[in-house]
Amino acid sequence: MPEVIPVDSVGLVTPKTQHFSEPLTLRSGRVLNEYDLVYETYGKLNESRSNAILICHALSGDHHAAGYHSMDDKKPGWWDTCIGPGKAIDTNRFFVVSLNNLGGCSGSTGPTSINPETGKVYGPDFPIVAVRDWVQSQARLADVLGIECWAAVVGGSLGGMQVLRWSIQYPERLKHAVVIASAPKLSAQNIAFNEVARQAIAKDPDFHDGWYTEKETIPKAGLMQARMLGHLTYLSDDAMRQKFGRELREGKLNYSFAPEFQVESYLHYQGEKFSTRFDANTYMLMTKALDYFDPAADYNNDLQACLSQAQCRFLVVSFTTDWRFAPARSEEIVNALVHAKKDVAYACIESESGHDAFLMPIPRYLDIFSAYMDGVATRCQVKGERS
Amino acid sequence: MNHVLRDDLRIIQQWVKPSSQVLDLGCGEGQLLSYLQANKQVNGYGLEINPDKITACIRNGVNVLEQNLDDGLSNFADDSMDTVIMTQALQVVRRPDELLEEMLRIGKEAIVTFPNFGFWKTRFYLLLKGRMPMSETLPYNWYDTPNIHMCTFRDFEILCHEKNIRILNKTVMDDNHQEHWSIRLWPAMLGEIAVYHVTRK
Repeated sequence: MPEVIPVDSVGLVTPKTQHFSEPLTLRSGRVLNEYDLVYETYGKLNESRSNAILICHALSGDHHAAGYHSMDDKKPGWWDTCIGPGKAIDTNRFFVVSLNNLGGCSGSTGPTSINPETGKVYGPDFPIVAVRDWVQSQARLADVLGIECWAAVVGGSLGGMQVLRWSIQYPERLKHAVVIASAPKLSAQNIAFNEVARQAIAKDPDFHDGWYTEKETIPKAGLMQARMLGHLTYLSDDAMRQKFGRELREGKLNYSFAPEFQVESYLHYQGEKFSTRFDANTYMLMTKALDYFDPAADYNNDLQACLSQAQCRFLVVSFTTDWRFAPARSEEIVNALVHAKKDVAYACIESESGHDAFLMPIPRYLDIFSAYMDGVATRCQVKGERS
Repeated sequence: MNHVLRDDLRIIQQWVKPSSQVLDLGCGEGQLLSYLQANKQVNGYGLEINPDKITACIRNGVNVLEQNLDDGLSNFADDSMDTVIMTQALQVVRRPDELLEEMLRIGKEAIVTFPNFGFWKTRFYLLLKGRMPMSETLPYNWYDTPNIHMCTFRDFEILCHEKNIRILNKTVMDDNHQEHWSIRLWPAMLGEIAVYHVTRK
């Protein structure tokens, strides 16, 4: 809980909800006749509407990227290290839009919402959405907000995939794309991890094929296992060694199967926390969107041909110990962009934090990000100096 | 950024055609690329590994890619660039000969600059002191120098000959990056820094 709001925070923020009644045809062919998107904004849209930045969230993220909802909040939004007055995405200059994606469980229409056609919760009946569907819905939100062209679309991990998709789906609607700790598509190993997570949920007796809300249960154990596995892949061997080593909770071996090592209780804690805030059907759906993402597939698996559609400038960032989306995956994107003769800058940041590094206040990362965003401000003729 | 160029870069930029594709190996803070983008509408990329210099490049609006030259350039396609440039880096890479070939695989032309180990002061330093030469251009001890492959102008020209590389232009400068008439009398002895513009035969 912040006693006082820090000066470099966007402060107290209130989410807004936008209802859309124009049907959205999804990649799967299914149609969402109407839906809500919940979003937050930070900073002010300038008169020429040239200073808007879209934030795309990752697997378990939501619209609450920066600031606090109330003075009782324990933590600020998930990307508060990078969004705020004087920060990399400086809200003194930029107007920042952050939304919860369709299929999410933080307010936008998703499996926990009521299906207007049946009057019941969607549950597992909520259509599987693809990254391109998210991007299309984000473009509609931009229309509502009067933003014709984003100064930049920014995202890490699954968020970075949305950024890539933006660059080819609406090439004239963004000037810069910032793709952090991402990949042009998942590897077999990535998909395998997702499948183990989904199976953990699906095999939980409380899952009831996704109809757990009707049964008034929650597949807590499954969701917990899925998160524990996921969380493992976000950390590096080094980070875990440093944070936990082989430290024991009680300082001695108990010869039992209860958690004894600190790393075990940490994972249990993370899983427990997640299982009480996140929806299992949303987790299933988000991991599917990850698995399906492969924009080059529409271009004969030629990523260069795919990214040739883009008109914006790119910044690509990776982290040395990220093995979930390793630097080599970012370099695939960079090489395709170079071959397509697109403007791109690329940095591989030294870090011990694994995939999670993209959320961490790593000095070099913040420096590069800030320098790039300064350039975004200059090129988009956004007034105001970094404070 | 202001576009007052270092003298060696001013020589190099004359050899770069307007609106061409340029790759700058070891691009530093991106001064040359920034100049070429602003004044010659060049589309360029720079490779760099120094974190502060990479940030400076980004600040200067240069397409900088974090990539170690010693890891090779296989990610760049054949003939994908008009000119590949490398200033003051030939002597620090693991295999300058292979890198030179790579430069001419990727680019139609290449421009390289390097310190001349045959410079008269260097020759006399070794001759008289019997120690590895040190100077303002070469300020390191033998054991901590990044310059692991020093060569003379003649060494470089022999390498070009062996690899069927044609020298289009060359010029030499003193340590202040000035071209001086006296250097032209005996460049191999009097030139401290060499600038070569080469292509495949």
